[in-house]
Amino acid sequence: MGALETVTVAMVAGALRVSTPFLFVSLGECLTERSGRINLGNEGVLVLGAMVAYATSYHTGNPWLGVVAGAIAGALLGAVHGGVCSLARVNDVAMGIAIMLAGTGIAFFFGKPYVQPVAPQLPRLPLGFWASAPPVKSALSVSPLFFIGLAAAFAMHWFFRATRMGLRVRIVGDSADAARALGLSIDRIRLFATAAGSALAGIGGAFLSLSYPGSWNEGLSSGQGLMAVALVVFARWNPLNCVIAALIFGAAGALGPSLQTVGVTKGYYLFYAAPYVVTLVILAATVRPGRALRGMPGELSIGR
Amino acid sequence: MLSRRSLLSGAAAGGAALTLGGGLRPAQAATLTIGFIYVGPKDDYGYNQAHAEAAAMLKKMPGVKIVEEEKVPETDDVEKTMESMIQLDGASLLFPTSFGYFDPYMLRTAKKYKKVQFRHCGGLWTDKDPMNTGSYFGYIGMGMYLNGIAAGYASKSKKLGFVAAKPIPQVLLNINSFTLGARSVNPGITTQVIFTGDWSMPVKEAEATNSLADQGVDVVTMHVDGPKVVVETAERRGMYVCGYHANQAALAPKGYLTGAEWNWITVYKMFLADAQGGKALPNFVRGGLAEGFVKMSPYGPAVSAEARKHIDAIKAEMMKGGFAVIKGPLKDNKGALVVPAGTAYPETAIQLESMNYLTEGVLGSIS
Repeated sequence: MGALETVTVAMVAGALRVSTPFLFVSLGECLTERSGRINLGNEGVLVLGAMVAYATSYHTGNPWLGVVAGAIAGALLGAVHGGVCSLARVNDVAMGIAIMLAGTGIAFFFGKPYVQPVAPQLPRLPLGFWASAPPVKSALSVSPLFFIGLAAAFAMHWFFRATRMGLRVRIVGDSADAARALGLSIDRIRLFATAAGSALAGIGGAFLSLSYPGSWNEGLSSGQGLMAVALVVFARWNPLNCVIAALIFGAAGALGPSLQTVGVTKGYYLFYAAPYVVTLVILAATVRPGRALRGMPGELSIGR
Repeated sequence: MLSRRSLLSGAAAGGAALTLGGGLRPAQAATLTIGFIYVGPKDDYGYNQAHAEAAAMLKKMPGVKIVEEEKVPETDDVEKTMESMIQLDGASLLFPTSFGYFDPYMLRTAKKYKKVQFRHCGGLWTDKDPMNTGSYFGYIGMGMYLNGIAAGYASKSKKLGFVAAKPIPQVLLNINSFTLGARSVNPGITTQVIFTGDWSMPVKEAEATNSLADQGVDVVTMHVDGPKVVVETAERRGMYVCGYHANQAALAPKGYLTGAEWNWITVYKMFLADAQGGKALPNFVRGGLAEGFVKMSPYGPAVSAEARKHIDAIKAEMMKGGFAVIKGPLKDNKGALVVPAGTAYPETAIQLESMNYLTEGVLGSIS
């Protein structure tokens, strides 16, 4: 294979391997923010979800139970965030940081005994069965969670567009006054949206520990949860855009290692910064000064 | 800001004066408090675990109290940790185990607490540094050379991979030793190195291992803090893997060839014996396979009888002392002569601790 093909295959493979946690966390954050609340705590949820999923898979021998447990742990932590933020004069950004620290702290504390053991991993779908080249075969061995994430993105898109409940979430997120006039329970809807969003982030964590890289340790997330929160802005609060944003990030993340294997070895620190450069460029190209971001829910505390 | 800082340093200096001058800590002959500081979690299947396992063994010995702190960054934080171990726990011997702790943090703290002994893992101590400091390290490059021989026999594609954190001298020596070991079996072998940029980056380490596999690399080894992810990913991709820091055979029952492991308890027992016997601790301690500072993992099932024989023979030669992996004529991977013919650097050579090149046969660059 030529150098260009190698890098291309590596980036496609990277997109399919690395994007899933970004996808789940950004979808979860998208749901939460569309209800008018920010949850920076999803970084903590991601780490806690990873730990709980790994521990559950290790004890029960069933990785899918681990995914469920990761989602439940995420939902609980999200419910704490949602509950506290519904009290008067609580700032959701500050509370989110507290949740982030609490989530990682709890995960590190209870995760100690699970750093060494090896837990059963999620299976992968061998979609590359037709290919003869091993790199292609391995690139196309994709976790079913990736497809579940895709399905979730389309489901969420439909939920916002076509369902009564989705409309309620949007109203609560765009104008609290309108929601009150309609007699909607703002706090309850936001609590639900935050808990459900964090459950998705917890599944993202389960992917990290049970599929790729597929091991629990304390450096596992290295800030991916926070990046995913930024991706939501990048995706303009649209679930389908979240898929594209997550894929771009995954592909850009594979650039550094794959360029080194084909002999582009100078300046690898720069290639590692590629995902962030891409974000900056796209944001700079699409934002106009003096105007609120297109698609931003009106009730978000950073927008008011 | 200025006033707060000066207030704080004044308070610290006052505290130091009190402890030293006021004799708050009378000589405690009975128990010796030893502080261990790790940069990462102490159960990382790697560098920190190798130290922590030795610390746990030390803890069982009579007259010793161990205080530990993990995940201490290589910043001002380590100074605070050292101060609190000295002031609050009464530690009189400290082992800051991460490379970046040495200069300036440990040296600065050592000047402040002259009665406390500091021994750093991996630093390059010289006689210009305070006499209550020192450094110790093991010649694990020798183990990497043996890893390379095992890899050279196991590889079919003649392409090896090395997942490395940062291009510091010890890492470069390991990459070069691994490559030279493999090329001693077959001079056509190359090693592709990938730098991840930091000591613990699980996703990047997995990506690096995968892209090596995609390139046809069939034996991989690593120098990162926690080799677990690389070893597991390699096993999943059907590659062979050589371990580092600790024994990772359990993580790759099929592909694990052998591994270069630390055996720190030898070093710590030696320091402890000197401290308890009232002798001055040595400032500069180095040792390799012969001294028991470093050991090899037992062979995995994929190591052929021929490879075992070859490795055992070279190992026996290393045990005699004086074996040189880095010897002239040696070119770097840009074609420049880095070691002239007739010059050989055995493991003890101080020149190896400032290595700044990748040898011929390594694909990669350090900047």
